Amino acid sequence: MHRFANPARFLRLAALVLPWVSVLSAILFAAGLYLALFVSPEDYQQGDTVRIMYVHVPAAWMAMFAYSSMAVAAACALVWRHPLAEVYSKAAAPLGAGFTLLCLVTGSLWGEPMWGTWWVWDARLTSVLILFFLYLGYMALVDAFDDPQRGHRAGSILLLVGAINVPIIKFSVDWWNTLHQPASVLRMDGPAIHSDMLWPLLILALAFKTYFAATVILRMRAELAERKIQTLRLTQAGGV
Amino acid sequence: MADFFHMGGYAIYVWSSYGLALLVLVGLLLASLGTLRRKERLLRSLEQTLPRRRRRAGAGDAGGEETP
Repeated sequence: MHRFANPARFLRLAALVLPWVSVLSAILFAAGLYLALFVSPEDYQQGDTVRIMYVHVPAAWMAMFAYSSMAVAAACALVWRHPLAEVYSKAAAPLGAGFTLLCLVTGSLWGEPMWGTWWVWDARLTSVLILFFLYLGYMALVDAFDDPQRGHRAGSILLLVGAINVPIIKFSVDWWNTLHQPASVLRMDGPAIHSDMLWPLLILALAFKTYFAATVILRMRAELAERKIQTLRLTQAGGV
Repeated sequence: MADFFHMGGYAIYVWSSYGLALLVLVGLLLASLGTLRRKERLLRSLEQTLPRRRRRAGAGDAGGEETP
């Protein structure tokens, strides 16, 4: 019974949460963009290109967050057969891929003026590119089977195997000599950037996160509707 | 204002970044909303036809007075 009750409870909760995260996301984007573009100072070395950070870093954080949460969901799907876990992973994947693409391209747009190159095969950039391919691979794999259950099973295993890439991304800048700078916000001894830049960054990071929450709810509702459609079609086909 | 759009000479890099962010986020949101609307419409129309079929199946058992 809990298999059926759970999605119903999720839909009720989602209906409650969705308006709040949507409004919150809009407010955070407005405030964050205002601070990032008008209030925050230019960098003494990087000039105005530092403003790319306010898009690049939240996108990178969300790319890793979405993947990590999908890997946790994959474990729940494989171990406990939680009915919503696969729905979540499938719904979150295109969003995670979008964040990763955004992170890669804004990184290039920042790298060209500041490093003098669009791309280098250093550990950070390469591991994020692999993350992007993991997202694409997962999305392709889930839909590659005639039996959706087998597709989800294979996809969940891919997500778990690929999870090894997440700590590699995070610590790549410490473990290897990279052109990419090491962490300046999430470090053991506190953020190393000035509050005038930290605030817009954190607000936009929250804006990205609430955007993700709202959009993933929409996508999960669509996926649950799709599953009901499949069931109805099966009963129709079997009942006639 | 011109200074603002000029971005200290880095206009192309900064504005392409923000433009792409807008494109990706709004694109994904609209695509998700579109899919949701389509699926919910399909689900509603299926749910409307299903009870009729059930009734028809029941009527069929009772002697089949109804034909589509």
